[in-house]
Amino acid sequence: MSLATWVGVALLGGVGATLRFLVDAVVSGRAGRAFPLGTLAVNLSGAVALGFVAGLAVPETASVLAGTAAIGAYTTFSTWMLETQRLTEDGEADRALVNALLSLALGLGAVALGRSIGAHW
Amino acid sequence: MPTSPDLALPPPRAGLRRRAAKRQRLMPRLDRREVAAIFAGGAAGALLRAALVRLGSGGAPGWPWTTFGVNLAGAFALGYFATRLQERLPLSTYRRPFLGTGVCGALTTFSTLQLELLTMLDAHRYGLALGYASASIVAGYATVHLATAVVRRARVHA
Repeated sequence: MSLATWVGVALLGGVGATLRFLVDAVVSGRAGRAFPLGTLAVNLSGAVALGFVAGLAVPETASVLAGTAAIGAYTTFSTWMLETQRLTEDGEADRALVNALLSLALGLGAVALGRSIGAHW
Repeated sequence: MPTSPDLALPPPRAGLRRRAAKRQRLMPRLDRREVAAIFAGGAAGALLRAALVRLGSGGAPGWPWTTFGVNLAGAFALGYFATRLQERLPLSTYRRPFLGTGVCGALTTFSTLQLELLTMLDAHRYGLALGYASASIVAGYATVHLATAVVRRARVHA
C-alpha cells in the first residue's frame, strides 16, 4: 500500500468518525435517548454503503479507502455493544435484546440491499 | 375582533423558546476541539484497522479473525474508557471524543461484520454465520461488561 493510500486511510477515517458523530447527534436529538436510534441509523446507513461498494466490485485500493477506512470508521461495533450493555444496567433488558437483534437483522438486510444496488449500477 | 384564548396560547416567548430548542436539537452546537478530537481519533483507529486487515489477510477462509479481534478489542477499550471517563476522572472535553468516539468507533466495524455474514450465507455456511453473529454479540457484550467491572472494582480499592 502506497504512502498516499495510508494518508487517505487516515483522512477518510477521520471523516467517517466525524460523520458518525454528526448523524448520531442529529438522530438522537430528534428521537431522544431512550433507545439508541442514532447508532442504529449510522450502522444501517453504513451497511447499505458498504454493500454498495462490495456490489460495485472496485479495485483493492478503492475498497480499502471506501470500505475499511471511510465506512469502517463510520459504522461502529463498540458503541452498539456499549449501549446494549448500558440498557441492561438501566433495567431495560428487553430494549437491550431488541437493540442487539434488531441491529443484526436489519443490518444484514441493509448490506444485502446495498450490494444488489451496487451490482446493478 | 376578540382573540380566542386558544389562539393566544402558547405565548410567543414560549413558542420562540421551543423553536430555538428544537433548532438546537436538530443541529447540535459543534465544539471545534471536540470535532478535531473525533477526527484525529477516527484517523488513528482507521490506520490501526487497515494495518491489521493487511496483516490478517491471506489466511484460511472461514472465521473472520481480524474483524472479530478488532471488534472485541475496541468494545473492551470503549467500555473501559467510557466508564473511567464518566465515573472516575473529571470531565474532559476531548478525551472521550478522541478515545471513545474516534479511536474505538473507527477501529471497530458493524458494516464489515454484516458483509462477512452475508458472504457466509451466500456460501450456505449457515452454522458459521450463526456462530459468528452470536459469538460477536455475546462476546462483545461480555467484553463491555468486563471492562466496566474492571474500572468499578478499581474504584473500590482506590
